[in-house]
Amino acid sequence: MRSRHLLGLEGMPAEDINLILDTAISFKEVLSRRIPKVPTLRGMTIVNLFYEPSTRTRISFELAEKRLSADTVNFSASGSSVSKGETLKDTLQNIEAMKIDMVVIRHSAAGSPHYLTTCCQSIVINAGDGAHEHPTQGLLDIFTMREKYGKIDGLKVVIVGDIKHSRVARSNIWGLLTLGAKVSVCGPPTLLPVEMEKFGIKVFDDLDEALDGVDIVNVLRLQRERQQSGLLPSLREYSRYWGITKERLGKLNENFTIMHPGPMNRGVEISSEVAEGTYSVILPQVTNGVAIRMAVLYLLSGGSRKDPTTGGKVDE
Amino acid sequence: MPKDTTVRIMNEKSIALALTRISHEIIERNKGTDNIVIIGIRTRGAILAERLAENLSKIGKVALPVGVIDITLYRDDVQDKLDQPVVQKTDLLFDIVDKVVVLVDDVIYTGRTIRAALDAIIDFGRPRAIQLAVLIDRGHRELPIGPDFIGKVVPTSRNERVEVHLIEQDGVDEVIIDRSGRGGV
Repeated sequence: MRSRHLLGLEGMPAEDINLILDTAISFKEVLSRRIPKVPTLRGMTIVNLFYEPSTRTRISFELAEKRLSADTVNFSASGSSVSKGETLKDTLQNIEAMKIDMVVIRHSAAGSPHYLTTCCQSIVINAGDGAHEHPTQGLLDIFTMREKYGKIDGLKVVIVGDIKHSRVARSNIWGLLTLGAKVSVCGPPTLLPVEMEKFGIKVFDDLDEALDGVDIVNVLRLQRERQQSGLLPSLREYSRYWGITKERLGKLNENFTIMHPGPMNRGVEISSEVAEGTYSVILPQVTNGVAIRMAVLYLLSGGSRKDPTTGGKVDE
Repeated sequence: MPKDTTVRIMNEKSIALALTRISHEIIERNKGTDNIVIIGIRTRGAILAERLAENLSKIGKVALPVGVIDITLYRDDVQDKLDQPVVQKTDLLFDIVDKVVVLVDDVIYTGRTIRAALDAIIDFGRPRAIQLAVLIDRGHRELPIGPDFIGKVVPTSRNERVEVHLIEQDGVDEVIIDRSGRGGV
């Protein structure tokens, strides 16, 4: 791995992405064993710093850490000293003073993982920062696609929904473009960022046009809180124009796949029938998430053991 | 590498003979091939495991299960290295509970690889016994681990390098010692 931290997929070289994906294949095998656990990260302490609610990502990271025999500590902002006004930097420096090796952080402010790398010694993994990136979700989506199609190069992927506020969309886009997929996005014009075409991405506001000849549809969760901000007329209208229903699937390529990062709003962005179709890989995505996070933790742990003579860490 | 620093200590014929002898020793020790499974350590141990299994199947007239383990995740130096070793796949498609596992590697040196392999195997179940077969024993053990079946004992110094080359991986069957002072297995 070229980088000491995992902050995002933007700018990550294809070799590094492929190394993570290949390593995850081995960890998926580990997860299928009678004892799905290996002693690799024994003695390492990892803090899961979650400033935003999360079920999947948090449990997935925690399981990945435990499957690798690391010690884990969980932190959620509610009920902590954050409510007493402590800053992010102070919180982390205090936790770090208790001798930890890695930090997994989820925060509503874009760039907070990057900021932490400037004021702490630990290895930082971004578990979602604002509307910026969610790199492990991007990696597990790409892993799931590669598992089914054998390659990413040339695959046609459309991401549907609230692109503007979606970190999942951004991580998917960067990773998929690096590996040679053809990416398009589709959603209400108010929820599409401007100038996406500059990156070689096709932009649609008409769903039927967007689905034409596509292999994979990655359906994003509609963040209901956006409705209040005037960007959407109503959930019903959204569902009618951009919801993925069985009737819409006819335009897709044969052997198509439906993905969703969860949590789903059934009947809004995706119908129950589609979510549970044989072409849906929504639950395999969750399974693969643990393997991907194990691969990331393993690959970043290199050189992390403290030098007992100096008490410091091995430098990059 | 300069040619004069390397010595070839085994060739295709002597490797084949050693593997044949080990096969017979395995059968003698276990009074047949019942209950035996063969597990090779990636990469070259896995190749030797295939060859041993083939020998044993010929002698015992039954095909034996062969598996491959990758011990990277069980190493005791993972967090010391800056670049993580590549994790490869473990393939154990059979049950090892109550079986006699013959663990195969190309070279035994410090014994740390075997320690890692033992931990890995035991995570898959509780075998009745684990026996160790190696092509080369070069000494310098750092752990109380010893092979049950040995192709050739080769006294070496720590700064010599023993390299096993096998047709499937390297295009040639041979064992060479490199005395240029780079050390390692």
